[in-house]
Amino acid sequence: MTLGRLWSDKRYRAVITQILVVAGMFMLLAFLATNAVQNLEALGKTFGFEFLQAPAGYDINQTLIPYDSRDTHFRAGVVGLLNTGLIAVTGCIFATILGFILGVLRLSSNWLINRIVYCYIEFTRNVPVLVQILLWHAVIVHTLPAVRQAVSPAEGVFLTNRGFYVPQPIFEDGFSLVVVAFLAAVAGVIVFSRWAKKHQEATGQIYPVFSIGVAAIVGLPLLAFFVAGMPVSLEMPELTGFNFQGGMVLRPEFIALWFALSIYTAAFIAEIVRAGIQAVSHGQTEAAFALGIKPNWTMRLIIIPQALRVIVPPLTSQYLNLTKNSSLAIAIGYMDIVATFGGITLNQTGKEMEVMIIVLSIYLVISLLISAFMNWYNRRIALVER
Amino acid sequence: MSTMKVLLAAGALTAVGATGAAAGTLDDVRAKGFVQCGVSTGVPGFSFTDDAGNWRGFDPSVCQAVAAAVFGDSSKVKYTPTTGKTRFTALASGEIDMLARNTTWTFSRDVDLGFTFIGVNYYDGQGFMIPKNLGVGSAKDLDGASVCIQTGTTTELNLADFFRTNNMNYEPVPIETNEEARTNYLAGRCDVYTTDASGLAASRAAFDNPADHIVLPEIISKEPLGPLVRQGDEQWGDVVRWTLNAMINAEEYGVTSANVDEMAGGASNNPEVARLLGSEGDLGGMLGLDAKWAYNVISQVGNYGEVFERYIGSETPIGLERGINALYTDGGLIYAPPMR
Amino acid sequence: MTDTTERYEPGTHPDLPPPMATHGPIVWMRKNLFSSPLNVALTLLSIYFLYLIVPGALQWAFFDAVWDAGSRAECREQGQGACWALVDVRFGQFIYGFYPEHLRWRVDVLAVLFLIALVPILWDKAPFRSRWLIYSAVFPFIGYFLLVGGLGLEPVETSKIGGFTLNVVIGVTGIAASLPLGILLALGRRSNMPIVRTLCVMFIEFIRGVPLITLLFVASTMLNYFLPPGTTFDLVLRVLIMVTIFSAAYIAEVVRGGLQAIPKGQTEAADAMGLRYWQSMRLVVLPQALKISIPGIVNTFVGLFKDTTLVIIIGLTDALGVGRAALSDAKWQGLAWEVYVFAAILFFVCCFGMSRYSIYLEKKLHTGHKR
Repeated sequence: MTLGRLWSDKRYRAVITQILVVAGMFMLLAFLATNAVQNLEALGKTFGFEFLQAPAGYDINQTLIPYDSRDTHFRAGVVGLLNTGLIAVTGCIFATILGFILGVLRLSSNWLINRIVYCYIEFTRNVPVLVQILLWHAVIVHTLPAVRQAVSPAEGVFLTNRGFYVPQPIFEDGFSLVVVAFLAAVAGVIVFSRWAKKHQEATGQIYPVFSIGVAAIVGLPLLAFFVAGMPVSLEMPELTGFNFQGGMVLRPEFIALWFALSIYTAAFIAEIVRAGIQAVSHGQTEAAFALGIKPNWTMRLIIIPQALRVIVPPLTSQYLNLTKNSSLAIAIGYMDIVATFGGITLNQTGKEMEVMIIVLSIYLVISLLISAFMNWYNRRIALVER
Repeated sequence: MSTMKVLLAAGALTAVGATGAAAGTLDDVRAKGFVQCGVSTGVPGFSFTDDAGNWRGFDPSVCQAVAAAVFGDSSKVKYTPTTGKTRFTALASGEIDMLARNTTWTFSRDVDLGFTFIGVNYYDGQGFMIPKNLGVGSAKDLDGASVCIQTGTTTELNLADFFRTNNMNYEPVPIETNEEARTNYLAGRCDVYTTDASGLAASRAAFDNPADHIVLPEIISKEPLGPLVRQGDEQWGDVVRWTLNAMINAEEYGVTSANVDEMAGGASNNPEVARLLGSEGDLGGMLGLDAKWAYNVISQVGNYGEVFERYIGSETPIGLERGINALYTDGGLIYAPPMR
Repeated sequence: MTDTTERYEPGTHPDLPPPMATHGPIVWMRKNLFSSPLNVALTLLSIYFLYLIVPGALQWAFFDAVWDAGSRAECREQGQGACWALVDVRFGQFIYGFYPEHLRWRVDVLAVLFLIALVPILWDKAPFRSRWLIYSAVFPFIGYFLLVGGLGLEPVETSKIGGFTLNVVIGVTGIAASLPLGILLALGRRSNMPIVRTLCVMFIEFIRGVPLITLLFVASTMLNYFLPPGTTFDLVLRVLIMVTIFSAAYIAEVVRGGLQAIPKGQTEAADAMGLRYWQSMRLVVLPQALKISIPGIVNTFVGLFKDTTLVIIIGLTDALGVGRAALSDAKWQGLAWEVYVFAAILFFVCCFGMSRYSIYLEKKLHTGHKR
C-alpha cells in the first residue's frame, strides 16, 4: 500500500496524524530543552532546587506560621502560599455573600434599587481589577488617619492607614469543652436530620429541622462556654512606640486586595445569580402554587435547587478567577506566593526557571482541585434524564 | 480582526535580531545603530522622564556617554525601564547592552549572576529617613517601626540583618517601585523609609516640606553603585569602563564641555589631556573606537562633575553634596586609573 | 364596585367613579418604589445612600475641580477638588505613551483605519461586505507598518509604544491572533483522535489554570532561555506571544461551546454530501458555530482588554503605567485618586461599550425563548 492510499483511509489517517503530532511535540520539547540547557550553560547557571533550603534572608510582614529571615526559601514560599489561601478563602466568602444579595436585589421590583445595583455591577465589571486594587489601596493609605490619630469605633478596635486593629481572643484551658460541645451539636443535628427525613418519608410528618439545628449548634457551645466559666480573654491592641502592639491587624494591603477582589467578583456572581433564578421557568412556581405548596417552601424546595444547578458551575469558575486574580497582590505588596517566592526569592537567587516552574505548578494544582470539585458537584446535581 | 496573526509573524521577523553571544556586543551595537540601555523606572535626579517623555538623569547620562563614545552622538540610546525585579534578567538575556541603574556592586551579582561591574559612579549606603516629629535620633531606636522598602533589592536583606543583629522588631512594608514607597511613606503607611542615602536625599528634596524629615546618621551598608555589563565580553566592558573613567579623568584635569574645544586645540600642556582628547596617541583605536571618542563624551555629555551637578548636585532640587563622591584629590573616593 | 346583577332601564344607569389611575408619575412611583413596606424601606435607604455619595462626588469631580494648573501645589491653591490638570498635561502620554510627538498622527490614522476594518466584522449587513472584509484581512500589515515604521516610514521602537495605545494593541492583537489558534484547539478538543484531544485538553487546562501575571513573568524572565542562544525578542513582542497563547485557551472554550450547540445532523449531512473533514468544518459547521460564539468572543476580549493593564507589573508603560509614572513626578505626587479614577473611566467606557454590543448580539441570536 502506498502512503497516498494510507492517507485516503480515514482510520489510518487518524493514526498517521497522531503519530505526526506526537513527533512534532517531542521535537518542539527537545528544541526548547536544548536551548534552555545551552542558554543556562552560557550564563554559567545551574538547574536545581538546592536554593530552597538556603536561608531566605528577607522578612515578611504577614505570616500565618512562625517565620523569620533565617528560615529557608521553602518556608518563605509556604508563608506566601498560606497568604494566597487566606485571601482566596476570605475573598470567595465575601464575594459570594455580596454577590447573592446583589443578584437578588437586581431582580427586585424596586426601580431605584434595581438601577443602583445595575450601575454598581456594570461599573465594577468593566473596570480592570488592577485599577480597583490600586484605588482601594490608595484610598486606605491616603484617607484613613495615621496611627496616632486612630479612629476607634469600638472598644479595642482601631482604624488607621496602617490597617484595622482588633482585639485578639486568647483561648484558655477550658475552651476545649466548647469545641467538644460544638462538634457534638453538629453530629447530633446530622443524625437528627437524617432521622427526620426518614420519618417524613414514612409518615409524612415534618419536623422543623432547620430551626432545631440552628438552636442546637448555637446553644450547646454557648451553654458549654458559660459552664466552663467563659474561658476566653481578649488581648487589646495598644499604642506603644511606633505602632499598635498586640491584638490582630488587617493590613491595608490585605484589606485593599480583599475588598477589590470581592467587589469585582461579586458583580460577576450577582449576574450569575440573576441568570440562575431567571432560568427557572415561571411555570415551576405556578405548578408549586397549584399543588398548594407555601411560597417559602416553593423557594426552598423548587426554585433554589433548580437555580443552583445553573449557578454553581459558573460560580466555581468565578472562585477560580478570584484565586488567580489574587496574584495581583504583587502590585500593592501583599505578600502572597507570587510576591514572596515568585518575587523576592526569584530576585535574590536568580533561579527564574525553577521558581516559575514551582509557582505555575502551584496554581495549576489549585485550579485542578477546584475544577475537580466542580465536576463532582455537577455530576451530583445533574438532571437524571429518563 | 481575524488575521492579525500575520501582524505578529511580521513583527517576529523584524524583531528577532540574531545577536550571537559569540559576536562582540560592540559590533552588535554598531550594527543596530544604538545602545540599548537599562535604567530604573524612576528615581528623582538619577533617572526620570521629563514632560516630553525623554529619559534624563545621572544614570541615563552614562548611557549617553557610551553612545557618544561609540557613535559620536549621545542621542543614539534606547532605554528600557527596568524594575528591581526585571533588571538582571533583561541584561542576562541580552535584551539590553548595559545596565545603568542604581545597582549595588556585590560579590554574588558579579560572580554568581555572571555580570561585570565596570566601576562605581556613586558611592552610597543604606540609610533611614523618618519624620522629625517622631523624635527619633538613631536607627537603634526603631524597634517596632513600620519600614517601607523596595523589594528585590539588597536593601531588603540589609534591613533584615540590621534589625536582627540589633534584636529589634519591625514591620516590613514591601513596595515595588521607589515612588510608591515614597508615596506610602508620606501618607504615613510606614514610619521609616529606607533605601540608599542618595535616594533618600533625592526623595526628601521632592517633598513639600523637606525640613520635616530627617535622615538618621546610621548608614547600615556599603552600596557602591555602578553600571554593569554581561560577563565575558571584555571589549564591550572596556568601552563602558573607560567611558566612565574618561569622564572622571576629565574632571580631574579640568576638561569640561565648555572648554573641551580649547583643550583639544592645544590650550592645555597636560599630555594626559592630549591623550584623553585624542590629539596624541591612539587610545580610541585601542578600544576599537574613534580617536575623538572621549572628546565626544565630554563635549556632548560633560565630565563627571558636570553631570553630577546637572542632575543631583547641590544646585538641583535633589541637593546632594559631593561628600565621598568628590574626586580623590578633594578627599573623596572618585578615582580613575590614568589614561596611558 | 357595582353589583352586576342589578338591572337598569336604558338611560338610568348612574355615573360610575373614574377608574384608578394606571399611569402618571405617582402611580409609577407607587408601583415601582413604594409597593410594599420592604420596598419603602429599600427606597428610603437608597435615597439616603445616594445623598451620601452623589453630592460629594460631584463636588469633588466637577464643582471644586481644577482644570488648569502646572503642579499639584498650584492645584491646591485653586481648590480642594480633583486636580484634573494632571490628566490634562499628561493626556498625550496617557493615550500615546512615549510615541514620538511628531509621529502621533500615525497612531490616529491607525485608529481610524482600525475602526474602518472593524465595521464589516461587527456589522453583518454592511454594503460590499465581502470586499470590505479583504481590507480587514490586510489591515494588520498596514497597522504594523504604521505603528512600527519601515517601508519609508520613520521607524519607531516598540518600547516607545505605550499609554492607551499599548492596551489596545495588546488587546486587539492578542484576540485576533488567538482566534485561529483557539479554533484549532477547540476542534482538537472535540477530535476523535485521543492523542490530539489529550494534548489540546492539557494545553487549554494548563493555560486556564494559571494567572496571566505568572505567564507575563514567564515572558519577562524566562522566555528567552527557551529560544536558540543569541536570539532576543523585545519585551512587547514576548508579551504579545504570551497574551495570544493565554487568550487562545479561552477562545478555544468559547468556540467549543459554539461547536457543541451545532446539531449533530449538520455534520452528518455534510458527511452524507461527501465533504471531507476540513470541508465540512469550513463550509458547514464553523460558520454556524462561530456566529453563535461571537458574543462569547467579545466577552473574552473585554476580559483580555482589562487584563492588558497587568503589563505594568513587568515594566511596560500602558495607560495605567503612565498614570503611575505621573505620580512619581515630584510635581504631581499624591494625586492617586485623579489618576486611578481617570484610568477607571477610560477602561469603563471601552469595556462597557463592548459588553453592550455583546448583549445586543446575544439578544439578536436568541429569539423567542424568553418568558
